[in-house]
Amino acid sequence: MTAAVRVTESARATDRAVEVLGVSKTYGDGHSAVAALEDVSLSIRRGEFVCLVGASGCGKSTLLNLIAGIYRIDKGSIAAKGRVGLMFQEPALFPWLTVERNIETAMRFRKARPDRSRVQELLRIVHLEDFGKSRPHELSGGMQQRTALARTLAQDADILLMDEPFGALDAMTRTVLHDELERIWQEAGLTVIFVTHDVREAVRLGDRVVLLSSRPGRVVDEFDVDLLRPRRLDSPEVTEIAAQVTERLLEQVRSHV
Amino acid sequence: MSDRGTLLEKDIRGLDRLELPLGTTDSLARRLWRSAWPKLAAVAMALVVWELVVLSGWQERFVLPPPYEVFETLGELATTDRFWVAIATTLRRAVIGFSVAMGIGTVVGLAVSQSSVFRRAVGSLITGLQTMPSIAWFPLAILLFGLTETAIFFVVLIGAAPSIANGLINGVDHIPPVLLRAGRMLGARGMTAWRHVVLPAALPSYVGGLKQGWAFAWRSLMAGEILVIIAARPSIGVQLQFARELSDSDGLQAFMIVVLIIGILVDIIFGAVERRLRRNRGLVA
Ligand SMILES: Nc1ncnc2c1ncn2[C@@H]1O[C@H](COP(=O)(O)OP(=O)(O)OP(=O)(O)O)[C@@H](O)[C@H]1O
Ligand SMILES: [Mg+2]
Repeated sequence: MTAAVRVTESARATDRAVEVLGVSKTYGDGHSAVAALEDVSLSIRRGEFVCLVGASGCGKSTLLNLIAGIYRIDKGSIAAKGRVGLMFQEPALFPWLTVERNIETAMRFRKARPDRSRVQELLRIVHLEDFGKSRPHELSGGMQQRTALARTLAQDADILLMDEPFGALDAMTRTVLHDELERIWQEAGLTVIFVTHDVREAVRLGDRVVLLSSRPGRVVDEFDVDLLRPRRLDSPEVTEIAAQVTERLLEQVRSHV
Repeated sequence: MSDRGTLLEKDIRGLDRLELPLGTTDSLARRLWRSAWPKLAAVAMALVVWELVVLSGWQERFVLPPPYEVFETLGELATTDRFWVAIATTLRRAVIGFSVAMGIGTVVGLAVSQSSVFRRAVGSLITGLQTMPSIAWFPLAILLFGLTETAIFFVVLIGAAPSIANGLINGVDHIPPVLLRAGRMLGARGMTAWRHVVLPAALPSYVGGLKQGWAFAWRSLMAGEILVIIAARPSIGVQLQFARELSDSDGLQAFMIVVLIIGILVDIIFGAVERRLRRNRGLVA
């Protein structure tokens, strides 16, 4: 096995925010080894919004954790240019802190001065301004996810990795947050990698939709989405492209059953 | 933002409000009463049983006096200096012994939770010590330190420190890994991670360990004061021993009630802190 390389702050091409080159990741060893990712390559332009879709267990979370530098790479290399912020699939809030303080920690841990007005602004963005003093366990699953979103945004990352961030939200809230996320992405010039199970959501948000196969995870197809923004989740164009992506996804899943 | 957006936002806020926890409107007095009455009822029951046993004539009254006589004696004792000096001596020993145990238990707990070498070296030894009755240490302690306070402190320490260390170790071991990863992702490294992620996450279990450590410390201290009698140093244990030698049954039981009350009071304090921590984190229903 060749040595794993991880280069931060030095992606090769200047307009590349994230460069994933021939990355493999296996969990465990011997009989219980699970090849989560095999030879995955993906390059993402600065300012691009890329959505990752794929069947459950195909390695999407693994890929995000590798890009964030939380797991070690077995093989290949990943370069990320700029500060990376990861929003986990679980809310992963600190249960001993209030919602406000959870968001503040993202500033404190970076040794930035906690900025009260910024915290309030983030709470407004995720529509939780009445819940700043609540504890995480007093919130619903969707509200916890929104808190986690605010905490991730508070990191002021250049590259935002989001792992099914809106999975626990009702359709209405999700629609509003799509608008907000799109606005923040455009205003702050972020690069976003967004994992979702919902193909329609991927088409609504992404400049590009990347399809992963399962066991082992590989990039099998990519779809460019050249629709004007803002898009609507239920517009005919989004529906049409989503149908194409879904078809490819189904082929993938069938070939494994 | 468009009309559609604003309307949706209003709806979302409305939905979220439904989830606001209902404020507890009970006054402090009400809450105190609610937690106190079952305890008071239990005490009343115990006194009734005690009185019935006395009335049954199973023992002579000078051996087993009825409750009101014991409380009368307790009231009389409370007017003497000796009574308060004894309590002060015992409490001072408890505080010092427990504090040292807390310091050592915490340091050892930290070391074991962080280093696998330490864990292999002393991890199971700590649990072993915890199961060992502390009174078994007294012969050795008296050989080593003579009939001194140091001997008592030694046993209090060895009784309490393992529970405290184990509480901390369990707390750190059971932190959900995703919280540690979240801390790392947000930029917490080294001491920051310790101070702001690991310790707060382990706190409820640590306080549980302190509570258990206190129970062991208090038991060891009572055993120590009865076994290691230091001349001209009245303490609760010494008073118990004297009362037995003088067949002063009233005084003996009066002091036992004092031991019981102190033990319960401290336990209530630790229990309240622990419950509060757990409630704040949604760890209790
Ligand atoms: N810590 C781990 N140890 C062992 N195996 C793991 C671990 N994490 C993930 N796996 C395995 O790796 C594969 C990919 O997991 P991953 O969580 O990346 O999938 P995913 O695409 O995010 O799935 P989902 O959409 O359900 O969240 C799965 O088969 C899973 O069983
Ligand atoms: Mg996942």
